[in-house]
Amino acid sequence: MSDLRQSEILLGIDLGTTNSLAASMEGARPAIIPDAGGDKLVPSVVALTPQGELVAGRPAADLLLSTPERVVYSVKRLLGKGSAEVAEDLRLFPFRVVEGSGSVIRIRLGDRVFTPPEISAQVLRRLKANAEAHFGSPVNQAVVTVPAYFNHAQRQATKDAGRIAGLEVVRLLNEPTAAALAYGLDRRKQGIVAVYDLGGGTFDISILKLHEGIFEVLSTNGDTHLGGDDIDSLLTHLALEDILRQWGEDLSRHAVAVAALRLAVIRAKHALSTMPETTIRFTYHDRHYARELSRPRFEQLAAGLIERSLEPCRQAILDAGIDIRQIEEVVLVGGSTRIPLVREAVEILFQRKPHTELNPEEVVGLGAAVEAGILAGIRPDLLLLDVTSLSLGIETLGGVVSKLIHRNSTIPAAVTEVFTTAVDGQRNVLIHVVQGEREMAADNRSLASFDLKDIPPQPAGKPRIEVRFLIDANGILNVTARDLGSCREQSVEVKPSYGLTDAEVEAMIAESIDQAESDFCRRLLVEARVDADAILAATEKAMGQEAWFEITAEERREIQAALNQLRLAYQAEEHLLVRRHIDMLNQAALGLAERMMNSAVKAALQGKSIEEV
Amino acid sequence: MAAAPPFPSEPPACWHCGQPTAESHFCPSCRRLQPPGGDYFSYLGLPQKLGIDLPEMEQRFHSLSRRLHPDVFFQRVETERQLSVEAAAFLNDAYRTLKNPLTRAEYLLALHGIRKNDPRISGAPLELLEEVFELKTTLDQIRDGDETAQPQLVQAREKIQKLLAEADRALDEGFANWDATGQRQTLERIAAVLTRRAFLRKLLEDSGVEPR
Repeated sequence: MSDLRQSEILLGIDLGTTNSLAASMEGARPAIIPDAGGDKLVPSVVALTPQGELVAGRPAADLLLSTPERVVYSVKRLLGKGSAEVAEDLRLFPFRVVEGSGSVIRIRLGDRVFTPPEISAQVLRRLKANAEAHFGSPVNQAVVTVPAYFNHAQRQATKDAGRIAGLEVVRLLNEPTAAALAYGLDRRKQGIVAVYDLGGGTFDISILKLHEGIFEVLSTNGDTHLGGDDIDSLLTHLALEDILRQWGEDLSRHAVAVAALRLAVIRAKHALSTMPETTIRFTYHDRHYARELSRPRFEQLAAGLIERSLEPCRQAILDAGIDIRQIEEVVLVGGSTRIPLVREAVEILFQRKPHTELNPEEVVGLGAAVEAGILAGIRPDLLLLDVTSLSLGIETLGGVVSKLIHRNSTIPAAVTEVFTTAVDGQRNVLIHVVQGEREMAADNRSLASFDLKDIPPQPAGKPRIEVRFLIDANGILNVTARDLGSCREQSVEVKPSYGLTDAEVEAMIAESIDQAESDFCRRLLVEARVDADAILAATEKAMGQEAWFEITAEERREIQAALNQLRLAYQAEEHLLVRRHIDMLNQAALGLAERMMNSAVKAALQGKSIEEV
Repeated sequence: MAAAPPFPSEPPACWHCGQPTAESHFCPSCRRLQPPGGDYFSYLGLPQKLGIDLPEMEQRFHSLSRRLHPDVFFQRVETERQLSVEAAAFLNDAYRTLKNPLTRAEYLLALHGIRKNDPRISGAPLELLEEVFELKTTLDQIRDGDETAQPQLVQAREKIQKLLAEADRALDEGFANWDATGQRQTLERIAAVLTRRAFLRKLLEDSGVEPR
């Protein structure tokens, strides 16, 4: 078993809101795995093509302007959430959430429906395929990064996405910590560093102590709803209002227009990171919209969002129990840290120029590969000691939370509690576990209910059930229970408040294999039809030629019949049928083809080119 | 966090080879990781003292983490991977508990079967009744809109802060005394100071109430 694990390639994957990438160790250093076209970043975009094939990455992003209703992006914002929690996202993003989505959101893509883990799985599958093509061998395991501030359900959803994609997620790694690993790789770096990670959809701040290869996270904080996406939405709405005023038309209901406009404002946002001003340019049905945007105006618009990142930073410094001047360096991560105002805000808060030598889009993926290297034993000099970003508690009498594991506790972290019954003969005890910092259970994130079942009937208060809550190195909660009276394992039924049950994930894995098969069949059909188109066109063209009249009437009838049958078969959704009739037409047209060849030879001898025959 | 009770003593035989483990982290015979056990002090290789050299403890924590962390056991069999999660969780809790002088003292008291009283249950310590009464009267006055009571509130706060500083000094003394003598009555005194201290902190919080 250990040999098996050792020989396998262990990927490091940054599964981002906007872009994703895979990396692996090349010797003692991490390297990004490009796709066949040499691209390092894979857009985290998934689409259902008009042919009914699921695609991810660049091909999916390319469909955004033609069939936006079949494309989904930024799905990371929905991972591990219930529909009630994403109202804000739904206002700003063109997610088509199916009515009646409960604890798991379901998104419509063309004529089909998917959960967020299934969408993310497509991106992972794409990265896996890229890596397999790169190495020429199967890849089945990966370290996948998540925002440090992701809760249990969001982490579980990421793991589920891996399972659906056929990748065992051997470790979930916090993104800022991953960045710190890549930053501190050469061990010259020592002391306290802060990692400020503003990505497409999430914000994280982590404070770490680097000491002789040990990366000890002191504290972490963040906002899972803050990122470059929010700036894009803001600018898009601004432009939509402009257009409404100028053209008297509300484009916000036209998905194609909104998708194109969004790309236009993103281009402008990028331009403003290097230039003092730019123009948002957008054309729709031959009408042109142009708006000058200066950096000061842009900064005025984005300031509120950037400001929101500063309070988590202050809290993290406080929680780390350090003085701001003890921070040796601030490392910037995430594409949004290219924005000059972000850099200024960070510089003012931390009282030092941030470290900008690392590529903010690549550093997290590289760090994931480093962690893969640690797990594989390639870098035994390095060790990561991470923390849990949110407190874990249980609901007690009156809805008050009793905290069991405090935030910023080094993980793995465990605690045991003893529970008993309140009524004589009570057989079940329900434990409601929440995650968050608030006093009242209702104000925190409900994680799950754990039902201690089949307690032997006894007087109230007599049974003693010891429950152990363990947050593992992935930040995921595991609960086990033991009856102290009988010393037997006590059965616990877990009812996750959000997310998929194990059975649902299993069903999706099965379906995705079926789906992969049907995707494959569809591709075969598409290819067969392409070939059929070619032979139909060639035959039809030949019918007007000299050779057509040189063959027998019988031959002409046979060819005509085969042609009609292929046209009929073409409509059937069955690639084998199409192939068979292509062969039959080929067979019937053999004589004709011979004649044509002869004509071609004759023509060639007469000094004509074959194309002219 | 409530101090965890000492782990029930495990049978001192290795789960893998059955040889005696001498209560160390790894079996001396087959070198396999053992389930965590013993108390937090011994797990970190420290004597049961209340004065701790923090940089030294950090060093021990780091070097033990290098040997026990699940990342180091990734390529081992499932049993050992699971054991490393347990061992690392125990180590992390040990370090977290002993790093803070207050939780460290509470943990030591629990090891010796002495519990700090919960001020919410046991009420005010007798010697603080006067302060409690004064503060309560002042707060009531302010709530009723009597702004002339403000200076009294400031005074009351200062007094509580002074008593807190005294409690901290008493703790330091108690810590030093325990480390020098190891007498149980010292621990009982520390328990009393801890109760007093917790109560004073609660009073100080209460005194922060803004007038309506």
